[in-house]
Amino acid sequence: MSSFFDLYNYWIFIFLMMTGFYIVIAQGNLVKKIIGLNIFQTSVFLLYISMGKVSGGTAPILIEADVSYSNPLPHVLILTAIVVGVATTAVAMALIVRIQKAYGTIEEQEIHEQDASL
Amino acid sequence: MSAVDLMLLSIAIPFVGAVLILSFGSVRIAGGHVREWLSVITSIALLLTVLPLLEKFMQGASIDYRMVEPIPGIWLHLSIEPLGMMFACIASLLWVVNTIYSIGYMRSNNEKNQTRFYVCFAIAIGSTLGLAFSANLLTLFIFYELLSISTYPLVAHKGNELAKKGARTYLAILMGSSIGFLLLAIIWTWSLAGTLDFRAGGILSEHIGEPVIGILLFLFIYGIGKAALMPLHKWLPAAMVAPTPVSALLHAVAVVKAGVFTVLKVIIYIFGPATLADSLAADWIMYLAGFSIVLASTIALFQDNLKRRLAYSTISQLSYVTIAAILVAPFSIMAAALHIAVHAFGKITLFFAAGSIYTATHKTEISQLKGIGRQMPWTMGAFAIGALSMIGIPPAAGFLSKWYLLMGTFQTQEWFVFGVIIISTLLNAAYFLPILYTAFIEKADDPIAQGTMQEAPLPIVIALTITAGLTLLLFFLPDIPLQLINGLPGVKS
Amino acid sequence: MISNHLPVLQVVLPLLAAPLCVLLKRSSLLWAFTLLVSILSAVIAWSLLQQTDAGIISYAIGGWAAPWGIEYRVDKLNAYVLLIVTGIGSLVMLGGRKSIEQEIDSKNLSLFYTAYLLCFAGLLGITITGDAFNVFVFLEISSLSSYALISLGRDRRALTAAYQYLVMGTIGATFILIGIGMMYMITGTLNMHDLAQRLPEAGSSRTMLTAFAFMFVGVSLKLALFPLHLWLPNAYAYAPSIVSAFLAGTATKVAVYVLLRFIFTIFGIEYAFTELPLSAILMLLAIAAILLATMSAIYESNMKRLFAYSSVAQLGYMVLGISFLSVTGLTSSLLHLFNHALMKAALFMALACVMYQQGGVMMDNLKGLGRRMPWTFAAIVIGGLSLVGVPLTVGFISKWYLLLAAIEAGQFVLVAVVLAGSLLALIYVWKLVEQGYFHSGNESITRQEAPLSMLIPTWLLVLANIYFGIDTSLTISVAQTTAEQLLGVTQ
Repeated sequence: MSSFFDLYNYWIFIFLMMTGFYIVIAQGNLVKKIIGLNIFQTSVFLLYISMGKVSGGTAPILIEADVSYSNPLPHVLILTAIVVGVATTAVAMALIVRIQKAYGTIEEQEIHEQDASL
Repeated sequence: MSAVDLMLLSIAIPFVGAVLILSFGSVRIAGGHVREWLSVITSIALLLTVLPLLEKFMQGASIDYRMVEPIPGIWLHLSIEPLGMMFACIASLLWVVNTIYSIGYMRSNNEKNQTRFYVCFAIAIGSTLGLAFSANLLTLFIFYELLSISTYPLVAHKGNELAKKGARTYLAILMGSSIGFLLLAIIWTWSLAGTLDFRAGGILSEHIGEPVIGILLFLFIYGIGKAALMPLHKWLPAAMVAPTPVSALLHAVAVVKAGVFTVLKVIIYIFGPATLADSLAADWIMYLAGFSIVLASTIALFQDNLKRRLAYSTISQLSYVTIAAILVAPFSIMAAALHIAVHAFGKITLFFAAGSIYTATHKTEISQLKGIGRQMPWTMGAFAIGALSMIGIPPAAGFLSKWYLLMGTFQTQEWFVFGVIIISTLLNAAYFLPILYTAFIEKADDPIAQGTMQEAPLPIVIALTITAGLTLLLFFLPDIPLQLINGLPGVKS
Repeated sequence: MISNHLPVLQVVLPLLAAPLCVLLKRSSLLWAFTLLVSILSAVIAWSLLQQTDAGIISYAIGGWAAPWGIEYRVDKLNAYVLLIVTGIGSLVMLGGRKSIEQEIDSKNLSLFYTAYLLCFAGLLGITITGDAFNVFVFLEISSLSSYALISLGRDRRALTAAYQYLVMGTIGATFILIGIGMMYMITGTLNMHDLAQRLPEAGSSRTMLTAFAFMFVGVSLKLALFPLHLWLPNAYAYAPSIVSAFLAGTATKVAVYVLLRFIFTIFGIEYAFTELPLSAILMLLAIAAILLATMSAIYESNMKRLFAYSSVAQLGYMVLGISFLSVTGLTSSLLHLFNHALMKAALFMALACVMYQQGGVMMDNLKGLGRRMPWTFAAIVIGGLSLVGVPLTVGFISKWYLLLAAIEAGQFVLVAVVLAGSLLALIYVWKLVEQGYFHSGNESITRQEAPLSMLIPTWLLVLANIYFGIDTSLTISVAQTTAEQLLGVTQ
């Protein structure tokens, strides 16, 4: 059982990922879909940060003392990924605004109905 | 000019002609459109190139040219061998006649899109020449497909639903069989033999055993949809919606002969007679071809539409070539090659006559032809000669190939084929002679038309008289084709 | 001097040029600038391909040596893909000006070109980089800018198409990110070359399987591998015509490259094909793609969608070639990568001409087009014949190798599938031909040919379709050596 809880951060990763994924699929509201997508992406950040952890390691700041550091590389990577995530959200939101202007709604169902009646 | 230059020129001329017609064809000048003159000039130029080429070839020049290598190991490669030379001569000679005929026909019937018609016609002839001179299967396949595509607009020429439907069948069967079976057979051959060259004795003989021979043979024979072996014959009657000059030159000569020509080339140069001589699959093809001959003739018997009857007659005559080729005896290969020439002259005459009747009287059904022999003596006279050739009665040329084919059956002791030929000759007579009877003996329903001459326009009459004359001439002077055919591997053994 | 820095210039040039576009206002300037950048990129790609004859080029970004720094690693495979992307990009841009001016709001023009160059830089970056995480970053650069590009289409359905693509694309990219993370967990490196050596040493584990699964699904999404292709038809159909032409010729090709890189270079044949039944999976998906997507194309009346479905099917051919795991099969995939880019770029450029003159690309717009726009329509017909695989076009060469691979493998069912695919393609191509040439009706059709500035690039692409179908010395030799490199076969 101990190994189960030892890896709790990975369980959280999986839980968040599935939650986000489910929202993307199940929600009909375009904004809510994007929120789901955000949760989905954020879960991956957690995965990366978890793997950079070295038990007993400190923040990777160079000091004289002989200490072990956490791996900084995943952190750096995830900084990039966060930026990408923000950009994605921004583009998505911009799209939603224009969809709202063009269709007058952001409900997927209603958009499909409008397109089908063309 | 060297022989190689002549060969390249002969393929280039029709394509150049097509480009010129496309560019300037619609311009009107005194006495018609530029396209008509350009077509005549192109066809004569082609003939004047092919004839010296024939002379050089007969003198024994070896003519071979490699262009590019699209797939490592396989060149676009042209070279001349006897069968191809004969085919090229037939196509270019008849193109001249057919062009004269086309002008008369297209003008009198006020056909639309004539520029497209002449352009596609020239491309089709150029492809036929390329096919005739191909030195390997890939090159042949390229021109084979080009021929299918370039003739499609000619079949769909009228642009109405009927024409489009016919053209769809045409393309679906020809391209379907060639992509579905022929291409597969070619690539398979390549992967087995490592070459696609046409070589005397065949390239496959050392590489394959029994089941594969059979499968490949079937893929080849049915892949060559242009040979119209039943049940892949439907495109030919469907193609009859095309204007008659198309039916005459392409669907009695160029396209269908390209089919049986390919069959012959594959049997002689790819499999090699020795490989097929004792193959069970060859027997099956023989039975299928025999069946095709008899069945197509029987169907022809019940067609009232003249062009359709001719089309079914073509299907049966094409299978003569296939059956003769698959017998792989010296005399039968000779018969197969000779039949390509003989049938071409006879069948084009018949189609010319059918188009002539349509142009002059707008009649398409045989039952409407009562007494037409007296109205159109030239047309029906030529028709009679063509019909005699189809049945195989001297002095029409059809007798020659049937003679050799029968000799071939004696050589191989294939009495099945002997029987098929006899039955089919009777059937041929049964569907051609009644037309002659209706035309010459029966009295016209309309008493006013009785006895008055009502021939088609002059170019049409000239054209059909020439081809009828050639049909007779070939009987008396078969030297040139026979000399060529004697050079084929497998004939002299 | 400069020639040593070509690998980085390949990406940096369009990347830096992109923001400069915002400063330019005049449409003609913007266009000329973008064209110049595209052509320079193509020149760089060409010289890189020449350089790879001497061996693999390794370039350390900023002088930080691999595996710690980011390495750009150019071998025959990526040089070849770079050439495809830049070549198609240049030709499309060459003919794009009028179409872009007509379809994009003048106030958005500079942003359009910026997004275009960003997308271009992203695609080049994915291809050239030797760092797994870098792939993800460039993938997102190209994807984000392509969402923006697609959404600029005039039809409002462009917006929903872009949104749909955004959601699916982000899921795909995130999957790739997870896959990369797992690989990092196993090996502690992100450098592909390094990964390739360390992954097999680590042996197969559940983490490795998970990494592979995430990578494979993520890349398949980007590649529009059936059944993950749902975003593609709408995205191509409603995007501005030039964007469709550009994406159809480049984006999916780059995704195929990524697939090849991950399967062959990083995970290795041993793992992917021996321990996992990847061959069977790829084969089944390819068959489904070829048959079902082609069927969908037959019933489609919007031509851009029609050719988009045909793209899905053609990607199936490429994947099928990979699944044979033979030199011939892989050669056919790589050939088709190049050939299909030519076909689709030519076709979508021709459709851009149609759009420019007729204002739509529905079947109805095609009626009598053979007379109204004879050159454009002839381009469509030749491109279509190339799709079918008629000899003397590039399509024939790809089909030849694919069929040869299938016959060599003794897989006659697959032979039948490929042939059936060709024949089905013939049906939809012929539907167009009948509409264009043999539609009897309005006889008083006047000529409305597209402007020469669009026609010439279209025809350059069409002629390339024919040229590379006859003179294949370049394509086949590159494809074959690349295939041998990937499979580790020494000549």
